Amino acid sequence: MSVLVFVEGLNGEIKKSSLEAASYGNQVAKALGTSATAVAIGDVKEEALTQLGAQGISKVLFDGEQRLKQFVADAYVKVIAAAVQKEDAKVVVFSNSNIGASVGAKLAVRLNASLATNVTTLPKTEGAGFTVTRGVFSGKAFADVALTSDIKIVAIKKNSFDISSEGTGAATVESFSAGLTDADFALLPKETVMQDTSGGVLLQEAEVVVSGGRGLKGPENWHLIEDLAKELGAATACSKPVSDMDWRPHHEHVGQTGTTISPNLYIAVGISGAIQHLAGVNSSKVIVVINKDSEAPFFKAADYGIVGDAFEVVPKLIEAAKALDK
Amino acid sequence: MKILVCISNVPDTTSKINFAADNKEFDKNGVQFVINPWDEYALTRAIELKEAKGGSVTVINVGEADTEPNIRKALAIGADDAIRVNAHPKDAFFVAQQIAAVAKENNYDIILMGKESIDYNGSQVHNMVGELLSIPSVVPAFKLDMVDDTTARLEREIEGGKEVVEVKLPFVASAQQPMSEPRIPNMRGIMTARTKPLQVVEPTGAEAKSAYVNYSKPEKKGGVKMIDAENAGELITLLRNEAKVL
Ligand SMILES: Cc1cc2nc3c(=O)[nH]c(=O)nc-3n(C[C@H](O)[C@H](O)[C@H](O)COP(=O)(O)OP(=O)(O)OC[C@H]3O[C@@H](n4cnc5c(N)ncnc54)[C@H](O)[C@@H]3O)c2cc1C
Repeated sequence: MSVLVFVEGLNGEIKKSSLEAASYGNQVAKALGTSATAVAIGDVKEEALTQLGAQGISKVLFDGEQRLKQFVADAYVKVIAAAVQKEDAKVVVFSNSNIGASVGAKLAVRLNASLATNVTTLPKTEGAGFTVTRGVFSGKAFADVALTSDIKIVAIKKNSFDISSEGTGAATVESFSAGLTDADFALLPKETVMQDTSGGVLLQEAEVVVSGGRGLKGPENWHLIEDLAKELGAATACSKPVSDMDWRPHHEHVGQTGTTISPNLYIAVGISGAIQHLAGVNSSKVIVVINKDSEAPFFKAADYGIVGDAFEVVPKLIEAAKALDK
Repeated sequence: MKILVCISNVPDTTSKINFAADNKEFDKNGVQFVINPWDEYALTRAIELKEAKGGSVTVINVGEADTEPNIRKALAIGADDAIRVNAHPKDAFFVAQQIAAVAKENNYDIILMGKESIDYNGSQVHNMVGELLSIPSVVPAFKLDMVDDTTARLEREIEGGKEVVEVKLPFVASAQQPMSEPRIPNMRGIMTARTKPLQVVEPTGAEAKSAYVNYSKPEKKGGVKMIDAENAGELITLLRNEAKVL
């Protein structure tokens, strides 16, 4: 038996969340007295994959088929299922990304496996059991779930596990094919449009997020958020009314009905802190709130707070951030 | 066109979450249940498609009798009929099998549901249903239009961008903003909902593949440290030297 980790790429590099998954997989393998192998698909270079050695992965199965650079669920599932079989994997680790959660669910059906998404702990494996903790009720609680099938699939919450660098040596990359046919690519996207990630920071993967709410008064003031984000190497986000009014695109909207994030640092500017907003950001490690109303509910969930006018406070933060040595 | 919309019955977004029976069960006491907000995007889009193209919208919920007020609400919003699979939803796989079993009998053209439920945040059922029925699932979609009578065009979110996918009926899709603008039931809707068919069926013998054994709540924050607005720059120093997040 072994542990298999699914590795996603973006622009040729391994996604940060996949490095977390690799580190997690290696730890699970050690606890079970076995080793972890990775399977990689998509937009990632072979050289990048060899670096998974640092996360304790010695072998990477890589299907370099061109069409896999785009996400085609059926093709992905087929490749991963074949890798599970080849490696006799009993635990499969994904990042809880759009792709990871999608493929994980299909794979669970195909392999008759148990699945837990949004996982926040390593498994407890005493007495041949396998219990993980997962985030539930939109960040308001955790649940311990026992996975009862022979094969267990976990999709781990982003930014919840450290990336280890204890491994030595490069991982060997083996080319791997599951015999994909045209039929597996029936759902190849007609068109893929990537956002302008000139800042280079993907919201779901970001360690620092600067977010603006209705308190910023209008889209013309967003340079405050963007400039601060730029200085801090952060991604930008917003509250729901801000995207509803089209001040910002919908994919930036965080909260109960938007994206859920868990960065190391979340800076909320002019956001009141409604419970539905908190649901999407409450597992951020450090929360900073800037609001002119000292009674704003967000302060109750904050680690640091400034009561003041965003239009005066944020420029001071940008100045201070510029002075940091990077 | 026959559309099936899956709805789940979840605590209102403002609910305080508590547990009972020594943290082994969710405490329903004092909790108001609503249609999962993500499912509302699916439901409204289904109704819009029916209004434009004809056909029917059926809602399905896997749940015990206490979910019926929200099933009736979905009927009041504009679904034509409803099915309740009479079972406690043990886990995503269990729920997906119940939905797939009903779908196999009825040949729906489109099966829609929310991107995730706000209680268990699993994001699994849509892909599992697609897989169980061997039909495509397009997840998470924020736009859904019919190209012609047999093909739909969807836009779905991917990390860092979006994809446009065209898919033949039948298929499964999950919904998120801004697929539609959720509707509030009107008086006429509420009246007619009372007499719309709500069929209760017993579950198939499917087993769950996971068991929820214990619940806990996050640790409370240590309290907020306030910084004077005049010295706002001090925050950046604290974030680097004290919190160590910069
Ligand atoms: C089912 C449901 C789902 C929802 N999902 C989400 C979700 O996913 N995400 C989300 O964000 N919301 C969501 N909401 C909406 C949520 O309830 C709030 O309405 C919303 O978060 C408020 O956004 P806001 O804080 O930007 O605006 P407001 O509540 O209007 O707050 C603006 C804040 O800015 C402050 N302010 C004003 N001027 C200044 C200034 N010059 N300087 C500094 N501060 C200033 C004000 O004091 C105020 O606190 C949902 C609601 C429902 C019912």
